[in-house]
Amino acid sequence: MVRRIEDDQKMPEGRLTALWVAIVLAILFLLFGFWRLQVLNTQHYAELADQNRIRTIPIIAPRGRIFDRDGRVLLDNYPSFSVLLNRDSPQVVKADLAEIATGLGIALPDLEQEVSDAASLPRYQPLVIKTDASEADVAFVESHQTDIPCLNLLTVQRRRYPPDDFLAHVLGYVGDVNPKDIAKSHGRYQPGDLVGKSGLEREYNSILMGTDGSRRVVVDSRGAVRGTLEEKPAIPGKSIRLTIDANLERVAENDLNGKEGAVVALNPQTGGVLAMASWPSFDPNQFAKGLTPAQWKALNDNPERPLLNRAIQAQLAPGSVFKIIMAVAMLQSGALSPDFTAYCPGSAVFYGRVFHCWNKHGHGRVDLRQAIIHSCDVFFYNVGMRLGIDRISYYASHLGLGKRTGIDLPGEEPGLVPSVAWKKRVLDQPWYPGETISVAIGQGATTVTPLQLAYSIGGIAIGGVFKRPHLLALSGPDAEMSFPISSNTVNAVTEAMYGVVNDGGTAAASQIKGIQFCGKTGSAQVISDQTHVRTGAGKQYQDNAWFVGFAPRQNPQIVVSVLVQGGKEGALAAAPIAKDIVQAYFQEQTQRQPQYTEKASRPAMETAQVGNH
Amino acid sequence: MKAQVHTGDLDWWLIALSGALCCLGFLEVHSATHRAMAGMVWRQVGWVGLGFAVLWLLSRLDYQWLLDRAAILYLLMLGALLIVLVAGHAKFGARRWVEIAGIPFQLSEFAKLVIIIVLARFLSEVRTDRLALVDLAKIGGLIGVPMVLILLQPDLGTALTLIPITVVGAFLAGIQWKHALVLVVLAGLSVPVAWHFVLKPYQKARITTFLQPEKDPQGSGYQILQSEIAVGSGGLWGEGLGRGSQNQLGFVPVRYSDFILAALAEELGFAGVFLTLLLYAGMLSRLILNARQARDRAGMYLVAGVAAILAFHVFVNAAMVIGWMPVTGIPLPLVSYGGSATLFVFMALGLVMSVRVRRFVN
Repeated sequence: MVRRIEDDQKMPEGRLTALWVAIVLAILFLLFGFWRLQVLNTQHYAELADQNRIRTIPIIAPRGRIFDRDGRVLLDNYPSFSVLLNRDSPQVVKADLAEIATGLGIALPDLEQEVSDAASLPRYQPLVIKTDASEADVAFVESHQTDIPCLNLLTVQRRRYPPDDFLAHVLGYVGDVNPKDIAKSHGRYQPGDLVGKSGLEREYNSILMGTDGSRRVVVDSRGAVRGTLEEKPAIPGKSIRLTIDANLERVAENDLNGKEGAVVALNPQTGGVLAMASWPSFDPNQFAKGLTPAQWKALNDNPERPLLNRAIQAQLAPGSVFKIIMAVAMLQSGALSPDFTAYCPGSAVFYGRVFHCWNKHGHGRVDLRQAIIHSCDVFFYNVGMRLGIDRISYYASHLGLGKRTGIDLPGEEPGLVPSVAWKKRVLDQPWYPGETISVAIGQGATTVTPLQLAYSIGGIAIGGVFKRPHLLALSGPDAEMSFPISSNTVNAVTEAMYGVVNDGGTAAASQIKGIQFCGKTGSAQVISDQTHVRTGAGKQYQDNAWFVGFAPRQNPQIVVSVLVQGGKEGALAAAPIAKDIVQAYFQEQTQRQPQYTEKASRPAMETAQVGNH
Repeated sequence: MKAQVHTGDLDWWLIALSGALCCLGFLEVHSATHRAMAGMVWRQVGWVGLGFAVLWLLSRLDYQWLLDRAAILYLLMLGALLIVLVAGHAKFGARRWVEIAGIPFQLSEFAKLVIIIVLARFLSEVRTDRLALVDLAKIGGLIGVPMVLILLQPDLGTALTLIPITVVGAFLAGIQWKHALVLVVLAGLSVPVAWHFVLKPYQKARITTFLQPEKDPQGSGYQILQSEIAVGSGGLWGEGLGRGSQNQLGFVPVRYSDFILAALAEELGFAGVFLTLLLYAGMLSRLILNARQARDRAGMYLVAGVAAILAFHVFVNAAMVIGWMPVTGIPLPLVSYGGSATLFVFMALGLVMSVRVRRFVN
């Protein structure tokens, strides 16, 4: 054994000292490194630490609800989940995208596109990658909390539109706000916000839409929330009440179902819209859930144009309903005696051309009342010839036609009242006197919307006060336009319209027992392509059926305008719908009367009564 | 002949400094684990208790007895490393663990001790202040074989710790400057070779992300970034024990072990780091002193080897925590949680004590 104990070798003192110095220097060097991070850059790293642990989660404000005139809920919200993608660390997100896409059933390229589109947004702002998540989606996110922590669930209140397309055109729908609107909103809209895209949702978006809140939370490294630092609650959107009567709306939609056309019911005394229907319709829930491009294309390219609200957007010849305008013009202008009569042999010649009455056998000698009751064309050809186009267009314009009524819905069309000036300006052609004869019975270039006809006839029936139609139940005075009509004129016209229904007139089949139901039928030829609305070739050249009616005869409470495209005869296709609505209205009114007295004595019954309508 | 040794002659300064570091470790292990993994600190306390017992036992054991058995120890170590390679338990993708009485042990920790002993024996027998090239080559062979075996596990961190033992040993044995220069050049040249033939993909990834952290913010680049954030946000006085968000919310990776210094820096601030590094400086200084006072060169080499390896651990770990070094899985001695690592340090300190208590024996 080697005896190392006797080792006499000297220690390498210098080298050991060098080693010690090296160790001390290394530790000083390390201290400098810590000093640099901890003392010189504390602020920077403290901010990074906060960014790590603090996350802002939006609290989505629910949109306001929409009620009918009696407080019945027309449009409500339901809770749903959206899947949020936190992009705090973009590389992580990128690595998980494929799994996320598979798990949530999103096409990977779409998801990648969405993420790259959002690259310019602040990183702490999460991205909504799936709305209205299914139970499976929610389960996917929850079960992957640890391995895909960048996914979060957000509870949102989503729109639940009524079933069966009920009131679809009026309510409209919501959709993701587009970048243009975000730019214009001065910070009010954020990407991913839902805004009204059509109908009342769009018209009253600023009322219905609330202000989103936010919650600042502490999360751990897995993204799990550990606590709340601060919460800014969402301010819910305000609810609105409409003038719509859900019962009447139901009647209108049931009657119209399957018939291309529109129904508008107004209270002419206030302008409040009681019912507005348009068929074919669409399901706004599809929009609320997000349409696929294919669905959107199908809706848009559908030749029946279901997205069109025919009540305010169909511009069609009014046909014989226009004779009411002619009657007012005749009586008010004084150009013809109120006792003017004409002989109808079934046709007549004007300016060298034969114009037929709808009744080939003729009506014989008729005065204004008989001419309205039986809708005699020849009588009104004569009136038209004597009034001339200038006076006709003057009265038509002042009785509410040819311009928008100003209803609180986007996209209303103005219709058209032709005049000499219009023809010169638009077609650069002189006015031919023969055209006046066509205009006199509501043909020719004249177009109206169903709403305009209800507005105009209702305004005439209450004596020349045209209350601006509106859907929102207003507290203040109603906006109006007035055009004085003498009470004699009003009486003569309304008496004749009473006769149309109750004195063997064209709509005699639509009498309502105990109600002074007045109206006017119309059958407008579809002769040109100028109509906005056309359907398949088969129905294209069938006459459009019109009926505008009101009740009671004096101080009417309701005016209904019905259009059935291709319905041929107003009396058969349109008048029965108006009759049902008026009947339902008065039934409701009689039920309403005792209710008010009950309410006064037994207010507790109120809620129960509402349900029993 | 049997030397007379006294327990009272142990280096009590060294024991006190070690104990203080262990206590800092307990505090931070508790703070980092009491929410999710309660009870870990008590296991660490147990390891430390066992460690002091081992230290005392080894101080009774004459280091000469160990040096005499260097060859057997060396062969046993090679055999054990081979067994680990064949039958070890995989953890984090590497076979490093064997179970002894149901407790998993990381054998390469003990391999380091054997290397220190073997090298001390070899260098003490060279008996020169100018190391010859032949001896240098022999050292290379002696260290190279276990190093390759450890690299195969693969455990880059432990393999690297063999380098400072060797370098310090060669330095104290009087390596010639020209040899050192050639070795440095050779090491430089071997980097591309190692890159292509030795390093595993994850090891390469760690090095690339260390060089370009922005390429992989979620992998080890993310770990280093989170560690830096923890250290930086601690400030001068720290956020208080148990109150560091980076630590408590789990942003700091393996915060109870490899990155415990980051957790400590966040919660106890620069003040805590200063205290920790001061304790290490004191401990290492005591080691150098003990090396100087050793009875013979072999004892000196033993103590200096221990000092080299502990200094290397401290430096590499602390540098990693502040982003100056890639992630290598080297724990902070006595502070990081871990049974094998803690026992290794106490065994190393036990060797030092064995040398110390025999310093006057002649």
